[in-house]
Amino acid sequence: MDFWRTEDQEALQDGIRSFCEGRFPIESLQLIESSGGRLDRTAWKDLAGMGVFSLRHDGFSITDSVLVFEELGRALIPGPLTATYLAATHLTSALSGADTGEMIVGLCEIAEPVTMIEHLVDLDRLLILGPNTISLVDPKSVPTQVVSRPLDPLTPVHVALATNGGEIIASGDLVRKWRREGAVITAAMQVGASFAAIDLAVEYAKGREQFGRPIGAFQAVKHMAADMLVKAEVARAATYAAAVNLDGNGDDNLDRSVSIAKMLAGDAALFCGKTGIQIHGGMGFTWEVNAQRYWKRAVVLDTHYGNSEMHADALADSM
Amino acid sequence: MDLRYTDQEQAFRADLRAWLAATLPSVAPEPHRNDWRARRAWDTGWQRMLFDAGYAGINWPKEYGGRGATPTEHLIFLEETERMRAPYVGMNFVGLLHAGPTLVVEASPEQKSHHLPGILKGEHVWCQGFSEPNAGSDLASLQCRAIRDGDDYVITGQKIWTSFAHIADYCEMLVRTDTEVPKHRGITWLILPMNLKGMDIRPLRTMEGSTEFCEVFFDEVRVPVANRVGDENDGWRVAMVTLSFERGTAFVSEMLQSMELVRDLADLAKKVTRHQSTAWEDTGLRRDIAHLSGELDALWSLTKRNISQAQRTGFVGVGGNVFKLAYSDLRQQLGDLSLRLLDRASLSLDDIDEWPTGKHVHGRIHALSIGIAAGTSQVQRNIVAERTLGLPKDR
Repeated sequence: MDFWRTEDQEALQDGIRSFCEGRFPIESLQLIESSGGRLDRTAWKDLAGMGVFSLRHDGFSITDSVLVFEELGRALIPGPLTATYLAATHLTSALSGADTGEMIVGLCEIAEPVTMIEHLVDLDRLLILGPNTISLVDPKSVPTQVVSRPLDPLTPVHVALATNGGEIIASGDLVRKWRREGAVITAAMQVGASFAAIDLAVEYAKGREQFGRPIGAFQAVKHMAADMLVKAEVARAATYAAAVNLDGNGDDNLDRSVSIAKMLAGDAALFCGKTGIQIHGGMGFTWEVNAQRYWKRAVVLDTHYGNSEMHADALADSM
Repeated sequence: MDLRYTDQEQAFRADLRAWLAATLPSVAPEPHRNDWRARRAWDTGWQRMLFDAGYAGINWPKEYGGRGATPTEHLIFLEETERMRAPYVGMNFVGLLHAGPTLVVEASPEQKSHHLPGILKGEHVWCQGFSEPNAGSDLASLQCRAIRDGDDYVITGQKIWTSFAHIADYCEMLVRTDTEVPKHRGITWLILPMNLKGMDIRPLRTMEGSTEFCEVFFDEVRVPVANRVGDENDGWRVAMVTLSFERGTAFVSEMLQSMELVRDLADLAKKVTRHQSTAWEDTGLRRDIAHLSGELDALWSLTKRNISQAQRTGFVGVGGNVFKLAYSDLRQQLGDLSLRLLDRASLSLDDIDEWPTGKHVHGRIHALSIGIAAGTSQVQRNIVAERTLGLPKDR
């Protein structure tokens, strides 16, 4: 047993982190916001150039992918990253171009009370994930209603008014596999966003002075920061374990470990998001400070591939 | 990253399982929790069996009689012994996991040859004399005084939370040998035989009703200077070396018990009737049980990460503190949940009729101690915030 990053995995993750810091500095998010959350196709191709979408064809594992997506989540890179990655992995011939960044593939899950489509105007293809099938549709053909003020300005959304039609391009085992991998890759991004929220809050607590000392010297603040780290580290362990299991290098209790990862990573991202805002005090509630962006992304990601509560219920059903 | 066990690790597990299967039937039933003489015989008898089979001091270096097992093998050992309900480390705890490892690193050759075999064979039981009424989280402020008089130290003062003091043979003890210097620099580490004149040992009853803890009072107790480990006034550093033995396995048995407890709780919920149905049909309760069960699995994964890190680098990073904090909190939630499920049945510490409720109520009380013992959760949070996150100290 060796449940720690190998040297290759460390190099892979560090490489992606420096790429993100250079190509997607956190300051650039406000520019994307002012464009209404539109995706930059050149940037998308640069991601593809880093091999983000073609990882699996290039010999990387699900665990390696999780390390990469943790960094994408940390950088809050917007767009249908998971859907395009899974399309490039599992629907390679039907959706060729997903791997090279030529084709942006989105996915919407049929949901209650409403079905929402993210990044609709930038999508080249849209996948609709039903209970047992995945259908391919032309995004322009779906009747929708635009949401004028999305919760996360980096994630523009439309309400789908109908989701029927399209061509069924996956069912059965592939859909089960897709859901598992989608949940774990999303969990990885939630873990990354959690750690980024911690870094930001800790940096602020070190510099912000009140009552004659940095607020981070107060135990009330310290303990909040420690609690954030605890949630994030536990979620990370669960997410890596689920990925290793999906790679066939652990046990075969796949659905259980995936649900645990998604549940805890979702909890961690929401907790770190809101606690990061609290540590920033009034500044945390401003548009300017990035603390709010981690929380908003956490809300978005929690709704992908089943929220925390749904996964807890799935665990209960298997007990 | 790979969660599969190597051939060597699997062979270790198979040998251990075979030995446990052959050996455990000959182990007598566990004595009553407060029958200390019988418990000592039971705990040390098990230690002797481990010694004879080559499993004593599993993580100790081979040259000092240990097995020299890897952290992963240590984890497998804890997992298998717990799974097969072998006796727990019990009152061999301080000797095997605290005093012994300290002696391995810091003691003189004479001290090692006299004490280490006694611990490994289950001949000597050790206790720990660190905490005092006024030195808890702030351990370095301890005041129990030792004054040099010829070849002896003369000790006067008090220790508290000394588990098994009333039946131990030796105590690893921290005393104040210099009051004039900063608190960490005036402490000395001593081997204290428990049969000296001038000691008064009083059991301290816990809220569980157990008398495992003791208070120990010292009135001019004479301990030979030859019993000192390390230099005079260097005891704080000596006491800290055991931390370097920590490989992320500290709460493994405890956590495995909780994993079983949560499974039992789910089974119990399926039998307890409520509103013409079972408690398991209560979505809130069910979801909470499932959540805890999932968190425990995640802590098991975290443990494997910590152990893997120790195997690679020789030490556990922040993962050890993270584990302790998360586990303490989770254990409390699990305890609350048991009482919620048991409702009025939680008013008894013993099983009621055919309902296996006693262990859940005992477990609930026990849970209250986890976030206090071995560093309170508040101190753990300070450590995480200051050492890992780099937040400034508040003093």
